[in-house]
Amino acid sequence: MLDLKQDYFALFGLPVSFDVDMARLEQAYLDIQAKVHPDRFAHMPDVDKRLSMQWATHANEAFRTLKTPLARGQYLLELQGVDPAFETNTAMSPDFLMEQMEWREALGEAREAADEDTLEELGQRLRASSRELVARLASALDERQDLALAADTVRRLKFLEKLQHEINDALTALES
Amino acid sequence: MALLQISEPGMSTEPHQHRLAVGIDLGTTNSLVATVRNGVPQCLQDDEGKTLLPSIVHYLPDGHIAVGRKAQAALAIDPRNTIASVKRFMGRGLKDVSHVETMPYDFVDAEGMVRLRTVQGVKSPVEVSAEILRDLRIRAERSLGGELTGAVITVPAYFDDAQRQATKDAARLAGLNVLRLLNEPTAAAIAYGLENASEGVYAVYDLGGGTFDISILRLSRGVFEVVATNGDASLGGDDFDHRLFCWMLENASISLPSDRDSRRLLIKAREVKERLTLDESVPVRMTLESGDEVDLVVHRDVFVDITRNLVSKTLKPVRKALRDAGLEPGDVKGVVMVGGATRMPHVQQMVGEFFGQPPLTNLDPDTVVAIGAAMQANVLAGNRAAEEEWLLLDVIPLSLGIETMGGLVEKIIPRNATIPTARAQDFTTFKDGQTAMVCHVVQGERELVSACRSLARFELRGIPPMVAGAARIRVTFQVDADGLLSVSAREQTTGIEARVEVKPSYGLADHEIADMLKSGFEHARDDMEARSLKEQQVEAERVLEATERALLADSGLLDAAERAALDAAMGALRDAAAGQDVRTIKIQLENFNRASNEFASRRMDKSIRGALAGHKIEDLRL
Repeated sequence: MLDLKQDYFALFGLPVSFDVDMARLEQAYLDIQAKVHPDRFAHMPDVDKRLSMQWATHANEAFRTLKTPLARGQYLLELQGVDPAFETNTAMSPDFLMEQMEWREALGEAREAADEDTLEELGQRLRASSRELVARLASALDERQDLALAADTVRRLKFLEKLQHEINDALTALES
Repeated sequence: MALLQISEPGMSTEPHQHRLAVGIDLGTTNSLVATVRNGVPQCLQDDEGKTLLPSIVHYLPDGHIAVGRKAQAALAIDPRNTIASVKRFMGRGLKDVSHVETMPYDFVDAEGMVRLRTVQGVKSPVEVSAEILRDLRIRAERSLGGELTGAVITVPAYFDDAQRQATKDAARLAGLNVLRLLNEPTAAAIAYGLENASEGVYAVYDLGGGTFDISILRLSRGVFEVVATNGDASLGGDDFDHRLFCWMLENASISLPSDRDSRRLLIKAREVKERLTLDESVPVRMTLESGDEVDLVVHRDVFVDITRNLVSKTLKPVRKALRDAGLEPGDVKGVVMVGGATRMPHVQQMVGEFFGQPPLTNLDPDTVVAIGAAMQANVLAGNRAAEEEWLLLDVIPLSLGIETMGGLVEKIIPRNATIPTARAQDFTTFKDGQTAMVCHVVQGERELVSACRSLARFELRGIPPMVAGAARIRVTFQVDADGLLSVSAREQTTGIEARVEVKPSYGLADHEIADMLKSGFEHARDDMEARSLKEQQVEAERVLEATERALLADSGLLDAAERAALDAAMGALRDAAAGQDVRTIKIQLENFNRASNEFASRRMDKSIRGALAGHKIEDLRL
């Protein structure tokens, strides 16, 4: 019997791997939602409604996790019992810590100067960096099975994601 | 020989089983009810052949309540007891309501939601809205010739949890079974998308009487997926009237008009605004009660000048929604205009300039939301075959979070998350030996709690005493398909379960609803118990019918003993429903739900396997 604890890859009938066929993932997600979505059960007994909400919630969470590279990488590590430990891990390489500081400074200055162009440009550089890290994560997980490298890469991506949010917030603040 | 066809359980009904379901657009200015009849969606008319019901409620001294046009006539005569634009007060405190100073009401700043003192006593916006919904329910039941199975009620996409809860409460109070709260732009997208077989990214720009929504949707065959939504829950056509009203006061040198004069001038302002859609200029000549003369000419250019920044104000949420969707204005294939206020030429022009294409105006901006809601209600009631249904994936408009130390917000569910959704986060204690903790649930995008909307506050007690930081309290947020939140909290480390379910503080407690139902003068005549009995009997019938259909298709999922147990539970429920005791029916419904849980799980399981079976097996073996 299927249950809500099965892994997300199995739910969508996908192989457990970082490299995911997005078109297939999306189609499987839509096929499942077409069966379990609460709109299909609005006229059914409460017990069906409750099950439907659980499954639709599960499918949404599974899709969200597998869709984005960072969440997917983190999830694959979890499946293998590795906790990337974002808050506690201090063993970050000096070059990365240096890079973090540089990003932060650049963001702070651009925000201070209300410099929209620089913020946009920072965002683009950030996206380019993220793409490189995603490629590294793919290789670490799918080819080299190097979990330590994967965990390190996930931590870096997490940092870049936070920064991206801050850039977006700064851009939004400039508009209003 | 041709084989007889049996439909999938619960997915379609025989023609004679067509369930009466309606879509209701509960608008700031006007409300409508629509249904799908013989496969055709249509708005239902009142006795005079009108579809728009002005969202106005007049409380008379003799205990009567007038709704709609009759109430509209009383706007300027009895302003204090004639409530218009009540939607602006739903789920809102007094401090959240704009232009309070020019409103003729006697506000009571009650906890949570503002109330209005009328000649019939203090009324909550929920009760006022319920009068409008009741009027529409009665219109629909007369027109369709039977009791309604359920209704889809539309809400602005940018409505927060408190406003949604208030709307649902109003519907319950009006005697409606709410099949779903549906976001207005999404409803419009359904009506527009199905009519035009649209595919691609569409923006729905919905400027109503008091609210503004922008939703970005991806439409493909049979799927409506909201990618991002944004808006302003207190910006609408009313604000354009208000600007014109202020301009008229200034140019006629009137300083402090009476309530009645204010009302008349506001009504005039709306009229002028509407006429300026076609005319270049409109004369205004009035003699006020005060004796003041108003003799002005309003040119369209002037009106555009004084309201241009209101339109600009709508473009900010549009930009935010596009950014959240990761899209540029040029990626949008079409811009659907919804809401009466989008008739203003300068709104269309400025929106067109922003998106670099003229907006789509080939539909009636007043009725499209109700039509879409009716189409969705028809699906939710189970009137369509499974293969004809569409899938609707909507999102929550505002992030949900919890207060942490220092008055900061920890976001648990981010805005634009697809619903239904659930997320959990672990928190810990701050002091040694701490045995209770306060969970303060908020909604909004800001980092400071004080800048977000407070939804609920509850205490988790019974945490075993531990050193600070040792307890692990998991707080779980669940948002259902109506966009409504429930929160629970549980202490993890010791296995001791302290669990609390909360309802947002802006919502009304069940007993409050019950009191309102009892005190409503219409319902005082209704026999409350008879009504409740009828409801339970209908529910039992519905459940039995759905289960019988399921058994026709899937009886093979149960072994003989399981089947016998389910049959027994069904028999007991059927017997109870034939009797007259509400409590017995309730108990048997609960028993039945327990007994059928396993069967329901197995059917869901089979259904999901069926969904995946569409994929080639060899694809799965990688």
